[in-house]
Amino acid sequence: MYQTTYHRASSVDEAASLFGKASEAKFLAGGQTLLPVMKQRLASPSDVVDLSKIKELIGVEASGDTLTIKAATPHYDVATSDTAKKAIPALAYLASLIGDPAVRYRGTIGGSIANNDPAADYPAALLALGATVKTNKRSIPAQDFFKGLFTTALEDGEIITAVSFPVPAKAGYSKMRHPASRFALTAVFVAQTKSGEVCVAATGASQSGVMRVGAIEAALKANWSPSALDSISIPASGLLADIHGSAEYRANLVKVMAQRAVTAAG
Amino acid sequence: MSTVKLTVNGKAVAVDVEDRTLLVHVLRDHLNLTGTHVGCDTSQCGACVVHMDGRAVKSCTMLAGQADGASVTTIEGIAKGDELHPMQAAFRDNHGLQCGYCTPGMIMSAIDIVHRHGGQLDEATVRHELEGNICRCTGYHNIVKAVLDAAGRMKVSQAAE
Repeated sequence: MYQTTYHRASSVDEAASLFGKASEAKFLAGGQTLLPVMKQRLASPSDVVDLSKIKELIGVEASGDTLTIKAATPHYDVATSDTAKKAIPALAYLASLIGDPAVRYRGTIGGSIANNDPAADYPAALLALGATVKTNKRSIPAQDFFKGLFTTALEDGEIITAVSFPVPAKAGYSKMRHPASRFALTAVFVAQTKSGEVCVAATGASQSGVMRVGAIEAALKANWSPSALDSISIPASGLLADIHGSAEYRANLVKVMAQRAVTAAG
Repeated sequence: MSTVKLTVNGKAVAVDVEDRTLLVHVLRDHLNLTGTHVGCDTSQCGACVVHMDGRAVKSCTMLAGQADGASVTTIEGIAKGDELHPMQAAFRDNHGLQCGYCTPGMIMSAIDIVHRHGGQLDEATVRHELEGNICRCTGYHNIVKAVLDAAGRMKVSQAAE
């Protein structure tokens, strides 16, 4: 790892100020992605500003039809939160599949979505549930937040403070995990809003990161059942291909994971 | 350079380190607690697992500064004098190790698993929960047996306390 200067912020305002004073700072939350990247010398921030001890950034709350997860809440705390499990069980389940137990103690929702890895779990949930990303400057709808591979709508120095999820009528998540990295080879989050709209998002599949799957949404809107997808064929163009799976394999996984997610959603 | 203050295995320590120093290097190189291993150095193998404020974390994927003020327990800190921790004893009795490289991380993760699941542990749960710890010798069979055995012993020793 290259030299860097570590700062621990105790408030969002202090974090923003520390970031502004540094030449090339990065925010550090759980560090489960940023630190490995720094260790490989693929990133060399002059300063890292630790957000993980900021109390106002930690917690899971439900009010009315909204579940709010504050940005520095670790995956373990989401996976085991009674509030999250009651409001959106599929979301708590998703958090329980990220990485391994030690990673889940440290990794955070804010870190996951700010990084926007094309195979990360949370982006699929945000997109399918129509979540809103709250920052220290504004609110950003999930559909405008994810801008492609490792790219988001966040401006330099902007800090995610929370993610708000509308509680759906039904939701389910199914993931084909890479057996070593635990990232999604392909995973699909399906959601049906209380007004009957259907939204389906796939992660790990597209070359440009998390994506909506219109064909599956239309079929599920007509008939919310796994069999409604039997005759659907997902085009392989634009999908990821590597030693772990071809684009055609991932295209088929999108459909199969969607079917399993619908089954899980009930 | 920064001064990082920690409680390690119950003892208050302060070390002056570069900000880029990882927690595992503070433990091994500054405190000579070499029981915590570096295996893959990429957060996958779990040989570096220690407990920080009661949670099992990968010490190769934390800056020392992130642990400032925390209480850290390593493999050296779990036995009571000459009396092995029930998890250590169970690993020995069940032949849960061969080369021993992964063992400190396995044991620290396994204790965390028992704490989280209490008496609800079964073989499938243990196998699933050990996903962040890699062993290249044993095929895991005896490790899983050891964790299940220790879960019973830990319940008994807790009840006795």
